[in-house]
Amino acid sequence: MRLDGKGRVNRAEEVLFQFDGKYVRGYAGDTVASALLGKGERLMGRSFKYHRPRGPLTAGSEEPNALITVGSGAEQDPNVRATMQEIYDGLEVFSQNAWPSLKTDVMGINDLAAPFLGAGFYYKTFMWPKAFWEKLYEPIIRRAAGLGGLSGEAHPDDAERAFATCDVLVIGAGPAGLMAALTAAKSGASVILCDEQTEAGGRLLSETVDVDGKPGHVWAAEMVQTLRDLGVRIMTRTTITGVFDGGTYGALERVSHHLPNPSADLPRECFWRIHARGAVLAAGALERPIAHPMNDRPGVMLTSAMASYLNRWGVAPGKRIVLFTNNDSAHATAKDLADAGIDTTVIDARSGIAPSGDYLVHAGAKVINTRGHLGLRSVKVRQGTREWDIEADGLGLSGGWNPSVHLTCHMNGRPTWNPEIHAFVPTPGSVPGLEAAGAAMGNFSTHGALKSGIFRARKVLESLDLKPASIQTPVADDTPLGLAPLWAVDAPGRAWLDFQNDVTTKDVHQAAKENFQSVEHMKRYTTQGMATDQGKSSNVGALAVLAEATGRDIPGTGTTTFRPPYVPTAIGTMGAGAKGKGFAPERFTTSYANALQMGAPMIEAGLWYRPSYFPRTGEKTWRDACDREVNMVRDAVGVADVSTLGKIDIQGPDAAKLLDFVYINTFSTLKPGRVRYGVMLREDGFVMDDGTTACIAPDHYVMTTTTAAAGNVMKHLEFVTQALHPEWDVSIISTTEAWAQFSVAGPKARELINSLTDTQVDNDSFPFMACGAIDVLGVAGRLFRISFSGEHAYEVAVPARYGAALWRDLVARSELLGGGAYGMEALNVLRIEKGFVTHAEIMGRVTARDIGMGRMISAKKDCIGKAAASRPVLMASREELVGLRPVDPNTKIDAGGHLYNIGDRVHRETDQGYATSACYSPTLNTYMALAFVRDGTARLGERIRFVDRLRGVDAEVEICHPVFLDPEGGRARG
Amino acid sequence: MRITCPLCGDRDRREFYYMGHETYLNRPAADAPLPEWDAYLHLRDNPAGDTQELWQHEAGCGAWVVVTRNTVTHEVKGSELAETYPREART
Repeated sequence: MRLDGKGRVNRAEEVLFQFDGKYVRGYAGDTVASALLGKGERLMGRSFKYHRPRGPLTAGSEEPNALITVGSGAEQDPNVRATMQEIYDGLEVFSQNAWPSLKTDVMGINDLAAPFLGAGFYYKTFMWPKAFWEKLYEPIIRRAAGLGGLSGEAHPDDAERAFATCDVLVIGAGPAGLMAALTAAKSGASVILCDEQTEAGGRLLSETVDVDGKPGHVWAAEMVQTLRDLGVRIMTRTTITGVFDGGTYGALERVSHHLPNPSADLPRECFWRIHARGAVLAAGALERPIAHPMNDRPGVMLTSAMASYLNRWGVAPGKRIVLFTNNDSAHATAKDLADAGIDTTVIDARSGIAPSGDYLVHAGAKVINTRGHLGLRSVKVRQGTREWDIEADGLGLSGGWNPSVHLTCHMNGRPTWNPEIHAFVPTPGSVPGLEAAGAAMGNFSTHGALKSGIFRARKVLESLDLKPASIQTPVADDTPLGLAPLWAVDAPGRAWLDFQNDVTTKDVHQAAKENFQSVEHMKRYTTQGMATDQGKSSNVGALAVLAEATGRDIPGTGTTTFRPPYVPTAIGTMGAGAKGKGFAPERFTTSYANALQMGAPMIEAGLWYRPSYFPRTGEKTWRDACDREVNMVRDAVGVADVSTLGKIDIQGPDAAKLLDFVYINTFSTLKPGRVRYGVMLREDGFVMDDGTTACIAPDHYVMTTTTAAAGNVMKHLEFVTQALHPEWDVSIISTTEAWAQFSVAGPKARELINSLTDTQVDNDSFPFMACGAIDVLGVAGRLFRISFSGEHAYEVAVPARYGAALWRDLVARSELLGGGAYGMEALNVLRIEKGFVTHAEIMGRVTARDIGMGRMISAKKDCIGKAAASRPVLMASREELVGLRPVDPNTKIDAGGHLYNIGDRVHRETDQGYATSACYSPTLNTYMALAFVRDGTARLGERIRFVDRLRGVDAEVEICHPVFLDPEGGRARG
Repeated sequence: MRITCPLCGDRDRREFYYMGHETYLNRPAADAPLPEWDAYLHLRDNPAGDTQELWQHEAGCGAWVVVTRNTVTHEVKGSELAETYPREART
């Protein structure tokens, strides 16, 4: 029911949304909960276990009952709190966990069986037969107990991530937060002020309190303007979800959940990582209910929620209202309700309490029962020996206030029990650089909050070496709570503690009786606090009941901890920006676009995309294209983009020392104009990478690495030059992207190169393993005579901006010579035929000796990995690189197949080795593979059994030398 | 978690690559006995408290940094360039 003249919603702007398919009218500024309550609709959900009818308990993000599903299809969001979802035209929301309808829920029958369904019921009952648990019991229980469901479709990737930094982060924009932000901003700090509500003000929006002689919400609005003028960044609809090491805070911003037609470039949510040098936690306090029998009916809510619905949304929480309290804060709400013309009665557990307004008080009384299935109808009260019913459609509970200590526990801090206010407060120092202020620190009065905000901000500023500005505390009420603890009412019937998980005082007593007396055990046995609200309104109450049941005090009973996130946060939002291209950025070579035009399928090589093969008309399979490209290179000339290989420019008087130290072989003897192949080890003696290094000029080298290891090798060189030999005068820089580099391979390679340049090369001026500057069609480039195919070959490099043009030119020229472009498949076949290794072979657990390069390790110098490579275990019998040829050349053998001696049983213990690379060789007309075989180099010519169970291959193969083609290397030198 | 790069300043730890304890700075002589190499490569203390470890500002300037970190609280207490960090005297 709406009250005229109350609330901050815009009564001139009507909003139409749907709840369970029915249209509901609300006003701009309403939440789903306030709009439904405004229409007198109290029933909004069903509980998790007993399917009890429920209405909203709160008016905030801690809501346990009023959970709804927003939207449908792929965009369906389950378990949204109706108290947080703002309404807009066209919004569709649905109730959850009820079938066929919210009012007639078949599973409500669970409630009748409640006497049997207490804590531990499932554990005790569904023990036997064991196999039934997974297949029968659990699925049924899971279906019956539940929250909202997922759509099963991929959620649109519409969250964003963002980063921010500030000197002081203020969490919560109530009276304490506003004053903390003011103090920090006036002291010259950069300030971010976050609040999860739609506007700043906190409790000042929900209560009728004056600050500096003005209504609280007016004062708050003026203060917000002052803060904006001071440059404070105010982030509303933003919940700080977690605190992490070093002053890093996670924040969930609800960007467009409240907009009917959000612009396409707005994300739905944004996950912020805010780095703050200091922080003030002014998150306020959460009111706690009182556990009395049947305290869960729709219409029962926290007194503070009633104040919010009344003052902020202009909604009467009922026509006849009973408040049940043990402290003075409920009396302020009682006065507000009475002033709004609502029949209000306060049941105060304390004796000798008089009304402070036009309402009735029964002091020294308790609520002992309620009636009303789908909504509260009456409240049963006991005062001394007298018991009577009061007709009521609203019951407000006020058991005191729990400071929002949650964030102070995220770094393993535990809160401290404050016996004066009967609540846990943050333990100072729980989060380095963070101070709790206001109600979050237990200062519950408005004056106390304002003053505490200033004081705590000053402490933070001092720790940042900023001189705090002098700020006057505004005038406001400073009445203490006057709380007398009351956790549970001793009367027959079920009294709820955890509304969302249906945990009652009886369950906690039963846990204690069965010796689950540690708070952590009780929690797990009863599921107390394990629902999506993480027990925000129930944990302390349950702890108090456990303390009483076990004869301990509350601090002696302990407390469970709180972990991030503070509010339910979609994993997709936390991982925003880290899917697809955000997870793996794409790197493209200069020839990429042209390769696509030529119809080449692309394969991923790390983050790079490289052409697999270049199909031509009439070719049916990739093999057709691959075989043709291999023959093209062997018979004419092929061109391939090899720009993805890492290129590291090394310069300085000690450059050669660095190369000698990282490679197993010697580079200090390399002359300008020459290239040498090298192998580098990790310090543990295993091969890290291989590649060529060219000496461009004295003290100037260009190292190439494999595509896969480019980053690791760069990191390694940086480690060596900074950490192991900082005294060396040498500079290194990655130039991988700066140069486009193309392989030109085949008998006609030189003819092609000479067509590009005036600097004609021949075998004498530019022999195998030569390098030098070259003029490429007028562009200063580099030429290397190196070969990864075994053919007479060159690699020509030009600055990357000329790459695309040179590539097209090379393809055209090679085609005129009877060749063309070749892709990764052909490149792989060409190198397997020659026994050249890639990271398929040097995969991290082979030594230089294993790949036949043990003798390359220079005896004359130290190098990385040399000492460890000489360990006896690495010099003993090991699997060594060999070639494999199937006895029947048409038997297809693949990488991954394992080898066994003929006659042995196929078993892990008899394993002789495995194949790492395989292909069909159109040059030698046979399948072939590179493999590691135990003592393989001594077994050339031997026949062995090749077993590949995955592909169903079991065949005899012959162990051979890994260089299948041209072992003397004449083709490359010619 | 935040790490201060001596060259770039206070940064998110995701800009850094983790290597291991600063023992890696004290590479044994080439002819050192194998047990010494074994200790260098594989043997590490597991302190509850302050430890010095090598990080690289990989997504930044590329500097290798010796970071003092408390393994219990995760507090990062300081950082120095590996280039100038004092080495153990070699035996």
